[in-house]
Amino acid sequence: MFSMDLLLGAVVLGVLLGCFYAAVSVGLSVSFGLLDVPHVAHPAFLVLASYGVFLLNDRYDIDPLVAGLLITPLFFVFGLVAYRIYYEIFERRGSDAAVRGIAFFFGIAFIIEVLIILQFGVDQQSVSASYIGKSWRFGEFRIPIRQLVAFAVALGLTGLLAIYLSKTFMGRAIRAVAQDEEALRLMGANPVRIKQFAFGIATAVLGMAGALLIIVAPVEPTLDRAYIGRTFCVVVMAGLGSMTGTLIAAIILGVAETIVLTVFGASWAPAISFGMLLAVLAFRPQGLLGR
Amino acid sequence: MTTSPATPDAPLLQIRTLTKTFGGFTALDNISVDIKKGERFGLIGPNGSGKTTLINCISGALKPQIGNVIFCGEDITQLPPHQRARRGIARSFQIPRPFRSMTVLENLMVGLDFASAPGAAAAALPEEEVAMSILTRMGLAAKAGAPTDTLSQVELRKMELARAMAVRPKLLVSDEAMAGLSHSEVDEVLDLLISLGDEDITIIMIEHIMQAVMRFSERVMCLDAGRIIALGAPDEVMANKRVQEAYLGT
Amino acid sequence: MTARHNSIVFWAGIAVFLVAVMAMTQLVRNEYPFFAGYVILQFIVLSVAWSILGGYAGYVNFGTNAFFGVGVYTAVALFKVSGAPLVVQIAAAAVVGMLLGLAVGLLTLRMRGIFFSIATIALAIIIETTVMNWRFVGGAAGIQLQRPPVTEPFDSYVKMLFFVQGVLVVIAVAIARYIQNSRIGRGLQALRDDELAAECTGVPTLKLKLVACMISGGLIAAGGAPAAMYLQYADPSSAFNLSYSVSVLAMALIGGTAHWIGPVLGAILLGTTQQLLAVTISSEVNVLVLGIMLVVFVVVAPKGIIGLLRPRYRLRAGGKA
Repeated sequence: MFSMDLLLGAVVLGVLLGCFYAAVSVGLSVSFGLLDVPHVAHPAFLVLASYGVFLLNDRYDIDPLVAGLLITPLFFVFGLVAYRIYYEIFERRGSDAAVRGIAFFFGIAFIIEVLIILQFGVDQQSVSASYIGKSWRFGEFRIPIRQLVAFAVALGLTGLLAIYLSKTFMGRAIRAVAQDEEALRLMGANPVRIKQFAFGIATAVLGMAGALLIIVAPVEPTLDRAYIGRTFCVVVMAGLGSMTGTLIAAIILGVAETIVLTVFGASWAPAISFGMLLAVLAFRPQGLLGR
Repeated sequence: MTTSPATPDAPLLQIRTLTKTFGGFTALDNISVDIKKGERFGLIGPNGSGKTTLINCISGALKPQIGNVIFCGEDITQLPPHQRARRGIARSFQIPRPFRSMTVLENLMVGLDFASAPGAAAAALPEEEVAMSILTRMGLAAKAGAPTDTLSQVELRKMELARAMAVRPKLLVSDEAMAGLSHSEVDEVLDLLISLGDEDITIIMIEHIMQAVMRFSERVMCLDAGRIIALGAPDEVMANKRVQEAYLGT
Repeated sequence: MTARHNSIVFWAGIAVFLVAVMAMTQLVRNEYPFFAGYVILQFIVLSVAWSILGGYAGYVNFGTNAFFGVGVYTAVALFKVSGAPLVVQIAAAAVVGMLLGLAVGLLTLRMRGIFFSIATIALAIIIETTVMNWRFVGGAAGIQLQRPPVTEPFDSYVKMLFFVQGVLVVIAVAIARYIQNSRIGRGLQALRDDELAAECTGVPTLKLKLVACMISGGLIAAGGAPAAMYLQYADPSSAFNLSYSVSVLAMALIGGTAHWIGPVLGAILLGTTQQLLAVTISSEVNVLVLGIMLVVFVVVAPKGIIGLLRPRYRLRAGGKA
């Protein structure tokens, strides 16, 4: 049924897919991993970005990657506003707010889903670009060029964010606010402003990630549900907030998914990310790389 | 459940070679100490010296890697906190942790509902009367029906002690119950603790306010970097060179 | 009002409710009210059951659909194997739901907040995928079911299902009320406020959470079991539809979770609205309204309808007013 060649092919495709998963998860790694926001609506934001890219591509024939870049600033502002609302309503009040914060984002995710359905219908939508639909052949197996494009852009995006967080002043402030908010406050910085900015960055990254999502495969309004599993699996497995961890965890997930797909078939695909997520939560909640 | 064999002089609480590490950091390093029945025991030490870790190991919030906690002759090292509460170990928290959705009286009812030893003398009374009598002792009777978020700092501290009393403890661990209080409030809470000690409740008090420790304690233990550096009568411990260094030095 | 007096009023109300439900099945000819009413009663059961874990204990279960679907498929499998009667299907679903609750609890109840919620979504998807790959009950394509003849004194199966769901409402409400007024309820409330403080005050938090998870899961599965016969059809993507989770979450939080009446009110209000919207506009708008109401209530009225109606519950349910 499957040969070594097929397995090797699966691993290669899995690594490509994994880097793509890293790109769609890094935002959550910041918002949930570093800032502790129960951002269940992250995948819904992602799918929303994909539809934004679809709109620009479909209406004005803009290349999906360029379209992703165009909506990035919009998503940055969207993120700033979203965090402000979340902060004012929930974080400030503490205590009982946790339960309601989760319900809040869950509700937002559903509202986004339905709005997309009302606007674009339930059908799958895809984008067109010169690199979509072609593939490279290596003897036995083929690699779709769209996968390679997504892989390269994803790697760049994840790398840039990692560098931003570790090398720039603001990036280090974001990491510091995650570690010890009080210390930062004593140093005269405003932790809320920093967190708001960080959430903006985390959401902005979704502009590009959304472009990759629709480049890799067609999207549909309820696609966010599958990505709840994938993104949270990656972020939790990575150990909350670790960028290197995010990349490694995403590759592990990508490879696992393609191998299961090749060996057992597509009908088991949805369970893989959720199964891994559950296993990590139950047995290694500090993440694979955590202590 | 074994109850104490209770020879009169047997220690109520025995800590044996207790060691607790977090990752590479040793918070408690080979601690052994006995605490007698009815004793008022002061626990001091600079920040990060392991005081709170030690009482977390006693109350069950943490489990040590090495060593044992023996209470009334029974090894309770592996028991979860609620089992220890039922055996008579109660505590207050450094930062008060009231049940926020409940009134003061309801906070106490939790302890009465779940931790009170069955067949205790007061069990004949309805729970609410027992709770009210504890609140009266603590000077909180007027606040019985108040939600906890309307309490002042000193009232919250007293509420925590009252809730601990609802467990009907043999051992009460008070974790900085006077932090952030005014002079007169410190005296108020201290008088309460001393009066509790007079009725055969053993008390371990963690405190930074030295006057309070001196007035309260029959014995004092000083921790530094997870080790016992002094143990004895309050004035002896205060006079100890290493204690002074630990407090005054960096 | 004394507790005793309170109890008399409660059980009198229950008796009136049951008589009314029974009388309706005997007097009303048209079947449509029963189709709509069944769904509302079903959501009352689900919301009240959800609140036992999600409200009293504060563990937000996103996996309502897992328990619901498991209820449906327990009924389907039993019916297919032995043609078991409806009551047996429901009882079996309750048992399987409780076992699933136990398993979920053991696996996830050490997780806090969002981790627990995400884990419950994960479980739902995993179980759904398993059922999709289970040929015996029809796999992904689903399965048609032929209703057996209806039992006396009912003249139509839907009316009987309506009555059965009414009985489940009574069971769910009675259990929720019992828990709320017992020391279990106090313990759950304590651990919701602060788990460590609860433990140190003698509350066996893990045990109570397991109990809450089992009862909640068992009731949700029982509430889902008759759905197979109601629709005469079952397929994984509708039985495990995530919209059950969001609906039930919305109903419970909109009603308010500090008192059992909250989820009942929420389910009646939203369930009725949904029935009207689904008929008059579209099912998408339906979900949109639900989502918006959830968000609005969570933001504006954190204690739900009962918090707006009676400040006393606000005090009991806590937080700053």
